[in-house]
Amino acid sequence: MSLNTERYTGWGRVLGASGRARPEKAGELARFAAQTPGPAIGARRAYGDAALSSIRPAVQTTRLDRMLAFEPETGILEAEAGTPLSQILKVLSPRGWMPPVLPGTGYATLGGAIAADVHGKNHHHAGSFGSHVRGVRLIGPDGTARQITAESDPALFAATLGGMGLTGIIESAKIALAPCPALTVDVAERRMAGLSAFLDALTASDATFSVGWIDATATGAALGRGILEEAEFTTRANPFVPRHKPPKPVPIDAPGFALSPPVVRLFNRLYLARIPKAGRRRTRPLTAFFHPLDGLKDWNRLYGKRGFHQFQCVVPPDATEALHRMLSAAAASRLCSPLAVLKRMGPGRAGPMSFPMEGFTLALDIPNRRGAEDLITGLLDRCAAAGGRVYLAKDSLARPDHIAAMYPELDAFRETLRAADPERVFETDLARRLALRGAP
Amino acid sequence: MTDTPETWIILGASSPMARAFARRRAADGAALILCGRDTADLDRDAADLTIRGAAVDVLPFDTRDPASLAPILARAEAAPGPINAAVFVGAMPPQEDIEADPTRLSGTVTDNFSAAAAFLLHLAPLQAARGTGAVVGVGSVAGDRGRLGNYVYGAAKAGFQTFLSGHRNRMGRAGIHVLTVKPGFVDTAMTWGLDGLFLVATPDAVAADIDRALTKKRNVIYTPWFWIGIMTIIRMIPERIFKKLQV
Repeated sequence: MSLNTERYTGWGRVLGASGRARPEKAGELARFAAQTPGPAIGARRAYGDAALSSIRPAVQTTRLDRMLAFEPETGILEAEAGTPLSQILKVLSPRGWMPPVLPGTGYATLGGAIAADVHGKNHHHAGSFGSHVRGVRLIGPDGTARQITAESDPALFAATLGGMGLTGIIESAKIALAPCPALTVDVAERRMAGLSAFLDALTASDATFSVGWIDATATGAALGRGILEEAEFTTRANPFVPRHKPPKPVPIDAPGFALSPPVVRLFNRLYLARIPKAGRRRTRPLTAFFHPLDGLKDWNRLYGKRGFHQFQCVVPPDATEALHRMLSAAAASRLCSPLAVLKRMGPGRAGPMSFPMEGFTLALDIPNRRGAEDLITGLLDRCAAAGGRVYLAKDSLARPDHIAAMYPELDAFRETLRAADPERVFETDLARRLALRGAP
Repeated sequence: MTDTPETWIILGASSPMARAFARRRAADGAALILCGRDTADLDRDAADLTIRGAAVDVLPFDTRDPASLAPILARAEAAPGPINAAVFVGAMPPQEDIEADPTRLSGTVTDNFSAAAAFLLHLAPLQAARGTGAVVGVGSVAGDRGRLGNYVYGAAKAGFQTFLSGHRNRMGRAGIHVLTVKPGFVDTAMTWGLDGLFLVATPDAVAADIDRALTKKRNVIYTPWFWIGIMTIIRMIPERIFKKLQV
């Protein structure tokens, strides 16, 4: 199969690799897996090197995006790994079903959602994506595909959920969709004056969906101020819904000053001021609420050609002091962009390498400028010390010792991989950087 | 939309453009007949399109096997309502390979021109009898002028486009709309990893352009639209200069 040798990157555009196949038919994927097996990648919405393979050619599954079977009574859906979650939402929400968990971008594929065990705005109720997976058709290093479930292969199945693609190529998967009672949500937005008020409100919130936007430039008493969004499915009949507009592309790489500190500070102040002091309520289409940034295609170009990093961690509920310190360090660095998110997480996780744990998760976008690496390394150290962990799908700067401290089940995961892929055929750049497979 | 669902016969249904086109038809609730070589893979498309709202059949079709036409035509005849056809078949073997082995020329012409044209000629009386319907024929900007890199492919596409022009002249009288589609670079396996491409369109953008052109009953479209400008310039270059160019 012909390889594309052009450099491809993670979503943050800092790290890259080359050599990709992109089959358009199931038979072509089978041939690739039998002849030149390598790791599978999806829509490359992972920020760092999770979807990069510098040694063996990767196989990009985005053209294998077909829904294979759907039971309208139970909501069980089987689909090829390259199916974007937005397609499932678009086609099946009018029929009353939706993906049980939606990450911040609908471009993420089914295979990617499983491999990263993604979480959404309903994590405290619904758990992570992997806990809704009923079966996976997994292609092993010898090129043969087989159906695995929690019953048939408990260790391999669990390791595949959140396993960052290291257990094999996900060819297709069967998932349990969630009921979708309405095509809109009613969103309530409230201003949060500072971090402790924010954390209290997140803890107290019982909304089906909740997410916080945080002003990562604010300091002092205003540190951690932001907006809390809580949403419920619309219950009244025929709500007025603004028409959903098709995504607009970002045509060029933005210049460096676009996200300079004064611009970001001004933007954040205006963004916060949009919300009246008394809060506001709006009815939003599902896509607009779940995937606000998808309205701007290739928004990663806003960071210019040097790209950016994302740091996302979760810390235990009582580690609020660590969150306070991380936010102070981030604000003091004057490096943060307007994209900063604070969320409450429940305990739900599916596999040994799954990111979620009970607590609070903080995500910061940081342009790749001088000081960015030092800032993020400092945040990683603080996160590890606080008993938290970093999200592998976002990471590009952690070290093996960080991961060993953060993921207590790493040894069991390695054991499973030694059996599933002894030759390390599916090892990605992320796995090499973080020694997820252990010493070579 | 009428009460009887529209029937669309899609030749070369595995191509990404055909897939995107079929998904749009499925959203309208059409009946689809997917034709191609890899029927095992087309069964997966059929499952997908059924979930999206279509009624789907899969039939084998091979440009090199004229006998594969009969079952498709029989299935078309059995369909109620207007019969529409969209032809996405095509293959672009490297020009050097054809130069090294000129016997490959006739296969290239079959894949890109004569097999599809034969199908449309056979289908024509069935379409005409229903008095309404459409034909979508996918050519290529490469058919507008023969050039160093792919002139056998280009010549076959040019033949198909000329055929479609005449077919439009004939079928228009019977109420059948014939649309010629000339895509530029499209992001498919044909272009995956090729150097020197620019302004590459997604298959879905091409399908969206075809949709619009069907609604507006256009005759010939370039997709994306700006290729009309590029090709106008390329066609205007005098032959004595063009023969020395590497375009």
